[in-house]
Amino acid sequence: MFAHDEVVEPGGVQDVRVSMRVALFATCFNDVMWPETPKAVVRLLRRLGCEVGFPVEQTCCGQIFTNTGYLDEAIPAVRNFAATFAGYDAVVAPSGSCVGSVRHQHRDVAARAVDTRLQAEVEKVAPTVYELSEFLVDILGVTDVGAYFPHRVTYHPTCHSLRMLGVGDRPLKLLAAVRGIDLIELPDAEQCCGFGGTFAMKNADTSVAMGLDKARAACDTGAEILVASDNSCLSHIGGLLSRQRSGMRVMHLAEILAATATTSIDGAP
Amino acid sequence: MTGPPHVGVTGAFLGLPTFQTAAKAALEDPVLRRNLAHATGTIRDKRAAVVGELANWEELRLAAEAIKDVALHRLDEHLEAFEANATAAGAVVHWARDAEEANRIVVALVQAEGASEVVKVKSILTQEIELNEALSAAGIDAWETDLAELIVQLGDDWPSHILVPAIHRNRAEVREIFLREMGKVGRPAPADLSDDPCRLAEAARLHLREKFLRAEVAVSGANFAIADTGSLVVVESEGNGRMCLTLPDTLISVVGIEKVLPSWRDLEVFLQVLPRSSTGERENPYTSIWTGPGAGPVVDGPRNVHIVLLDNGRTRVLADPKGRDALRCIRCSACLNVCPVYERTGGHSYGSVYPGPIGAVLTPQLRGTASDVDRSLPFASSLCGACFDVCPVRIDIPSMLVHLRTRVVDESRGGVPSVEQLAMKAASWTFADHRRLGAVGKVASTVGKVLRSKLMGGKQVLRQLPWPAGAWSHARDAPVPPAESFRDWWQRTDGGQQDGAS
Repeated sequence: MFAHDEVVEPGGVQDVRVSMRVALFATCFNDVMWPETPKAVVRLLRRLGCEVGFPVEQTCCGQIFTNTGYLDEAIPAVRNFAATFAGYDAVVAPSGSCVGSVRHQHRDVAARAVDTRLQAEVEKVAPTVYELSEFLVDILGVTDVGAYFPHRVTYHPTCHSLRMLGVGDRPLKLLAAVRGIDLIELPDAEQCCGFGGTFAMKNADTSVAMGLDKARAACDTGAEILVASDNSCLSHIGGLLSRQRSGMRVMHLAEILAATATTSIDGAP
Repeated sequence: MTGPPHVGVTGAFLGLPTFQTAAKAALEDPVLRRNLAHATGTIRDKRAAVVGELANWEELRLAAEAIKDVALHRLDEHLEAFEANATAAGAVVHWARDAEEANRIVVALVQAEGASEVVKVKSILTQEIELNEALSAAGIDAWETDLAELIVQLGDDWPSHILVPAIHRNRAEVREIFLREMGKVGRPAPADLSDDPCRLAEAARLHLREKFLRAEVAVSGANFAIADTGSLVVVESEGNGRMCLTLPDTLISVVGIEKVLPSWRDLEVFLQVLPRSSTGERENPYTSIWTGPGAGPVVDGPRNVHIVLLDNGRTRVLADPKGRDALRCIRCSACLNVCPVYERTGGHSYGSVYPGPIGAVLTPQLRGTASDVDRSLPFASSLCGACFDVCPVRIDIPSMLVHLRTRVVDESRGGVPSVEQLAMKAASWTFADHRRLGAVGKVASTVGKVLRSKLMGGKQVLRQLPWPAGAWSHARDAPVPPAESFRDWWQRTDGGQQDGAS
């Protein structure tokens, strides 16, 4: 489907020159609250030879509405998404749950809108939308992205990337290939952290009880950083870790994969 | 004693506190938390081990799903076939529209036998219809004979798990209940009873044996009703069920209409997936199958076999294309054992005889969404999807929860809008146009700049947010917005081309 022209450069960085139109879906939450993550995706994909665009018309996947039961309210976001991302070879997002929403819920929202054109658009766009690790491993065909990150790290597979998308061990393969990394297994890794979107607010006590167990498991590994591929889950776990003055921090997978020997831990050059 | 609340699907249900309220209390109970974490963890590991042994597990799940779908697709035909075949075998089949009708039928049948007590094999359905209460009102004692059900009944408690109803109790608590309560209703527990599981089981055995040998009527549920033979199937682990099903002269089985399987050979699939999913066993210890009463000069088993086929809201569930898959449920409780919410909040938080993920989708469909607790149940999940992964009949519980959330929200439309509704409307308007989201980003980054300034002490996190965001910051720090949104960075740096960072 896509033309691959792989060149392994002396530095060990695999340069995948792919002639495809890649759009970044930053997600609304990253756009407003965690801009370093989409910036890292841009750096990473460019380093791998992709041309990355950011269609400025984009807003949100609508998941916050859909998963809270507000289907009508999700319609404008879904309309915007289908219109904005039509025509790209690939749409890449650093969020398993937003991609899950696009692939599995947009058709329900379009059906609710009783708009056959929107339904057709949604069906056409959905298969072109990838979570970052899927795009790297399946489309670009790389696991070694030439990153350097000399820190002790443990990885939490977020539920929607794990169960809704089935990304499997792709993120772990990507992390394992990072130079200098000390990757430690997280016990009970597949247990939900308790974020769950509006669940974190509507059932705050239960959400916190779940999150504390996740935070404890992460701390017990002795890792310096907890990594995941959804900043929403990381805001929840990170908020707990910070409140407890645990000394542990959280980071998005994209920021680790974008890091090189010439960047600092925060991604700055 | 005030007795347990009405947690069934009956007219007596008056509504209980919301899931959130009940869960809050459960979360603060250290004994409960420990009992649940230990028990669910143990069963979860056992299940994972025995399921992992089967190379064809996914095929079995697909087969189980397909058989149940076929059964439900032509439910009326299969039920009529079941009735005809069971009747031909000598059973008497009764039809009940709701809990009240089923209870009236059972009470009348017991009274016709002149009995003042019945022994019961574990049945959630009879708890759904609150049969024991109906029998009690007619002066008939109902004795639960499943060990865990006995503990629940003696403790004036209600089940908190589909398979192990007393999962919230530890053995020290069980010992206390036995010592305190057994003597009031039959053979007392030995005075020197310890909390050794063998001694506890022995006390229960001696207590129950009296009742088994005396009772003339037994009441059961059924795991499966086989249409093409008219047989009923009960799957249990203790043998106490077998005693109920074979010793008394009269056996009354109350069966939900969704329990029907089209054909005898379908059973093969379910006898593989059920024990592995529920108790984590390769094979079920006691599987009882009967087709009408015994025949011949020496009758082995009950002489009178009655079957009450019950709807109680099931046809309404069947009418909803997005909700009907819940009727595939075979009550294995694998979804409870893997659920991180159930593990921490326990079954009682769900205010229903059906707790956990399956309860969160089944209860609001059976009871409707008129009460606070039933409206809260679809939201009692982080949508992590672990339940769907383990479900042997592949019920997509997360999607069904979202469907029911939509129903709850839709039913609340039209009145004075709540804060949540207003917030959702405002967010929806914002996400219709990127310029609106861009403006939100600008406001956030301005706030972020101020908070990060020296004047404000260079804040990196917020420890206290105003209402209603206090639900977040009560236990979690919140991030301070960045000094620049991604969108603004992209525009300022020409897509990162003018930025040293890229």
